[in-house]
Amino acid sequence: MTLFFQLLVNGLIVGALYGVVAMSFVLIYKASRIVNFAQGEFLLIGAWTCWWLLTSWQLPFWIGFPITLAFMLVFGIVLQVVVLRPMIGEPIISVIMVTIGLSIFFQALMKWMFGVFAKPFPTIFASPTVNILGLDVQTVYVMSLVISLLIMAGFGWFFKYSRMGLAMRATAFDQQVAQSLGISVRHMFAMSWAISAMVSAVAGVTVGVVNGVSSALSFFGIKVFPAVILGGLDSVAGAVLGGLIVGVLENLAHYLDSQWLNWGNMYEIAPFYVLIVILMIKPYGLFGTKDIERV
Amino acid sequence: MANISLIPSGDFKTRYAADTTIFPTKTSRNFAILGVALLLLCPAFMDRYWLNLCIQIGYLGIAALGLNILVGFTGQISIGHAAFFGFGAFSSAWLSNSFGIPVALAIPLAGVMTTGVGMLFGIPAARLKGLYLAIATLAAQYILQDFFSRADWFTGGTAGTIAEPFTLFGYAFDTDESFFYVVLVYVVVMYILATNLMRSRDGRALVAVRDHYLSAEIMGINLTKYRTMSFGISSFYAGIGGALYAHYLQFVSVEGFTILFSIQFLGMIIIGGLGSIMGSLMGTAFMVLLPEVMQAITTALSGTAIDAALNLREAIAFLREMAIGLVIILFLVFEPDGLAHRWKQIKAYWKLYPFSH
Repeated sequence: MTLFFQLLVNGLIVGALYGVVAMSFVLIYKASRIVNFAQGEFLLIGAWTCWWLLTSWQLPFWIGFPITLAFMLVFGIVLQVVVLRPMIGEPIISVIMVTIGLSIFFQALMKWMFGVFAKPFPTIFASPTVNILGLDVQTVYVMSLVISLLIMAGFGWFFKYSRMGLAMRATAFDQQVAQSLGISVRHMFAMSWAISAMVSAVAGVTVGVVNGVSSALSFFGIKVFPAVILGGLDSVAGAVLGGLIVGVLENLAHYLDSQWLNWGNMYEIAPFYVLIVILMIKPYGLFGTKDIERV
Repeated sequence: MANISLIPSGDFKTRYAADTTIFPTKTSRNFAILGVALLLLCPAFMDRYWLNLCIQIGYLGIAALGLNILVGFTGQISIGHAAFFGFGAFSSAWLSNSFGIPVALAIPLAGVMTTGVGMLFGIPAARLKGLYLAIATLAAQYILQDFFSRADWFTGGTAGTIAEPFTLFGYAFDTDESFFYVVLVYVVVMYILATNLMRSRDGRALVAVRDHYLSAEIMGINLTKYRTMSFGISSFYAGIGGALYAHYLQFVSVEGFTILFSIQFLGMIIIGGLGSIMGSLMGTAFMVLLPEVMQAITTALSGTAIDAALNLREAIAFLREMAIGLVIILFLVFEPDGLAHRWKQIKAYWKLYPFSH
């Protein structure tokens, strides 16, 4: 039973990270209707950048991390301006395939630059575990949960009260109306990519600190799909909830598997079965707009 | 639009039949026949290495054509094409090993089986407006990959499975020279089938669905039917291609059918030209020859400063992946109609030479 609760807690923590990545995925989708297959690579690039700053330059974490964020901000803007802006007006299907190309390109580039093996982060927190309700939880896990919650709260504030967040929501709602109100849609597109890259990088660094940095990080970008489909492709709140559910669910599947089924590998595969089932019975997810028509 | 400039003034069609012929002119038909005849002679003067590449282009080209029908003509994305390709390979081997079905029959049957599996994943998504098929096939990719390594009875598990050589009337096509003809026959048949599909009512319906689904629906096209059909056809082609692959190598391992391979398929059709039948083959040739060219470049650069700085020999695998990604992006940004479009422009240039404007 302890194992069960341990897995449940793990699920919630990983799920919160899924939620963060899913949120940044939904941000891009809402702003520009682009299904971004390169989301996982944002995590990868962010984590490797931070790792590189911390190990090669021996920077302390509190300096290296903001530099990473600044880099990702610039990276997101540059990516949008150089690669995706020329694609405006092209069929959305081409834009999606560009993100697939980006994903494979950056994945290979990172493997080339940093190697294929997982590399651990320098230690950031001294005490390895804390005791919460009788369960041993690693400090980094607690930290990642706190960071996830902070990001989510930050997103909530950003979209509700900040000028740019409101402008972004207006753009997502209707580009022409937003433009006529004096919002620069081009600017909003670039900013949505930049923020998405930055937030993903935070998740990437967090996972990197916990598990070490490796190309496996980009799998987060794939796991995002079950989460966002479950929550609704265009709902930020749904993405968070979807991420949490997927995180818990894959750990439960793992528990079920290790206790009774012994199929192996359920941890990785279970979310995809869920994805197919959701598409079959409730394709707009829990919170998505219901204008998705059956044809 | 380049198509229109190819038609000389005064050359107009008076019947629909004339507008939908496979070959626009007699010359083009003769050239096509001549091309196939020349290919028939290939095994006589090509060495093993080039024949191997040609056979690869053949079976991958069939699968790529299937994907092009889905992506280029119907406007849906599949990111699980390699998994379906693999499923075709395994089912053909399984059919001929377990039930003693002759390989010549097992290949089309494998295509049908793959269609069935494709439908299982595709139907929920193909019925939805939007690009949900991309996400469903992504799930299919991982689920099938997992299934391959799990289902010992079907795939031989991690050990892989042996596939019988292609045999017809007691003659085994088990060398590169003889199997070349098998692949050639399949390529010709499958490409003619696809060309015919595209000039039929169903093919035009697919294009209408791609261009504007609402207008298509108003014109009485059943969207659900045609989207599902397109995905079925695409899976069928993937299955046939995979089956040929299995009986060519005579061994199928569970490891090859990764998402990278699926993306390579997407790359093939983007490079060749979305919505172009012959483009699929051109793109496949490009993609198959890309690693060869990169190998050649690496060899040429070995010993130079660039090689020393980048350590090319060890990086070649990553460079290859990067090249695939880069080529996809560059083609989509700079030449979204692919090699097929380029080819048309070259033809138009020479046809109108020296007054190309």
